[in-house]
Amino acid sequence: MTASAPDMRVDRSTKATRIGLWAMLAVALLLAVAPWYAGAGVINRLTALCVYVLLAAMWNALAGYGGLVSIGQQMFFGLGAYATIRLSEAGVDPFVAVALAGLAVALLSWPVSLVMLRLRGGEFAIGMWVLASVSHLLVNLDPLIQGETGRSLVALNAYDTETRRLMVFWMALLAMLLVLGLLAALLRSRLGLAIQAIRDNEEAAGSLGVDAFRTKQVIFVLSAFGIGLAGAIWLASATSFQPKTYFSVQWTAYMIFMVLVGGIGRFEGAILGACLFFLIETWFAATGVWYLIGLGATAMVFSLYLPKGAWGAIGLRLLPFGYSVTQGNGDRT
Amino acid sequence: MIFQIANALLLGGYYALIAVGLAFMMQVMRVINLAHGTLAILAAYAIWLLADRLDVVPFGGALLVLPPMALLGWYLQRFLLERSARGGELLPILSTFGLSIVLDNLMFQQFGADTRSLSPFIGDLAWASYELPGGIFLGKVPVWILLAAILVIGALQAMLARTALGRRIRATALDPVTAEIVGIDARKTAAAAAALATVTVGLSGLALGLRGTFDAYSGAPQLLFAFEAAIIGGTRSLWGTLAGAMILAFAQTIGAMIHPQGFLLGGHLAFLAVLFARLFALDEALRAPFRRPSQDERTNA
Repeated sequence: MTASAPDMRVDRSTKATRIGLWAMLAVALLLAVAPWYAGAGVINRLTALCVYVLLAAMWNALAGYGGLVSIGQQMFFGLGAYATIRLSEAGVDPFVAVALAGLAVALLSWPVSLVMLRLRGGEFAIGMWVLASVSHLLVNLDPLIQGETGRSLVALNAYDTETRRLMVFWMALLAMLLVLGLLAALLRSRLGLAIQAIRDNEEAAGSLGVDAFRTKQVIFVLSAFGIGLAGAIWLASATSFQPKTYFSVQWTAYMIFMVLVGGIGRFEGAILGACLFFLIETWFAATGVWYLIGLGATAMVFSLYLPKGAWGAIGLRLLPFGYSVTQGNGDRT
Repeated sequence: MIFQIANALLLGGYYALIAVGLAFMMQVMRVINLAHGTLAILAAYAIWLLADRLDVVPFGGALLVLPPMALLGWYLQRFLLERSARGGELLPILSTFGLSIVLDNLMFQQFGADTRSLSPFIGDLAWASYELPGGIFLGKVPVWILLAAILVIGALQAMLARTALGRRIRATALDPVTAEIVGIDARKTAAAAAALATVTVGLSGLALGLRGTFDAYSGAPQLLFAFEAAIIGGTRSLWGTLAGAMILAFAQTIGAMIHPQGFLLGGHLAFLAVLFARLFALDEALRAPFRRPSQDERTNA
């Protein structure tokens, strides 16, 4: 095949991605009107699903696109919740506080990135874990939180239960769509090309003039923003803040499970992983310890035998990232 | 004051023992095993089981547990680290993290939430101490742990420098492909290194159980202590790890003196301070242990 063939086309979208995009929009719309056809329990679970998608997409952005495996993302989750408490105690409306908390966490992650992104591989992974532990210990020192006693988002009491449930659900849905949209825009931009070049080979990308550090910084901050927002929404949904729960490494374990099983480095993979995790949690969480053992074992098996995850195995492209080349006779290559 | 200095020194001995295996794998094999702390707890439980059910003294129990630990390290390298390393440098982090979750929760399932200790099984030795001039008492067991750490580090360094296995390990670490060309079985060498590292992990499990208490989820903090000591110590030699462990223990002790909850925070802040200083130090000599070869250097080499 030669590049001069007159009947070759380079496309972003294919039939599958056009269908995929419309299907995504339809699902988003169906979710948005869920309160009109679903009960209170279902709405609460859907809120959790939105948070899981948010977490999976953000860990995937960091690891799958940025090549940065962090075991300390619970740091941003906990800080998002903590910032919400602090802002609401300062008199900010709790729902506004949730949104501001995401921004506050993103702001904090910038100086953090200056130091941490200089670490490589496993050093970055555990270094982030240490930072998460530091954040946990520092939040414990706040007299408002009183160590592990914690604090409730008392300002939420101004709203009745039903309003609260709907507001939190719509906020979760909006946050999920916003952050997924931001990530999609980022990946389709010039920077997105740089991101994938760095993931594939950092040194080769560097020699082509890609500023790896800046690019990673953008992903790191976006990831902190999304996870901070997720923590804030989780707090608005659960109302009580106990540092131990929010700064638990379990959150990162969940993120890793979702992304590994769904498909690391695949936009659709993270969403699929979050949905699978959501189902597994719904069915098996009651089995307690065995549920956690199962999650760890599944993650291990995927990293050993199916490192591309379920979506990688399916190999379908439902969203318009990357390009496909079409020849006149319709063969995709 | 002197009492606190002495105790920090002894605590540093334990940190050196738990960190040496991790540092060895980081420096020599360039991998970080996130199940490192969990494996120490596994060994501690195994020694505890032998003592509790079969009345085996913990020191004898450790002798029984160390060979299986070596075997575990060997297979860990062959079936987990080696296989996942083929998928890139990030996958071993994920597979060992998965392993630690599985083992932590299996141990919780088996042993429950009660904390365990090995000290009830060593009788009077648990509170026996050496008296130094000036009325300072040093617990015998912590002193032995410090000596064991120094001995293990000395033995590993001597092994790396002097023995045939040490030469093979260093060659494999530098360049596994070239090592294969000159007739070294790189895979076996890597597995032998992992086995050695896991034996030190078993020893630190014994030390942890003798010094204090542990439960099924104690692995994660041990991993963080080991990692901090290894990073503070730099990547030049295992003696640096001993120094890093001492700095960590002293920082924690100072933290605890400043604030009742400052113990962990003190250690973490010392770790971050060293990291910061090293990453931004203008002094090349200070940076060297932490710097990776740049692209130019690699092409020239």
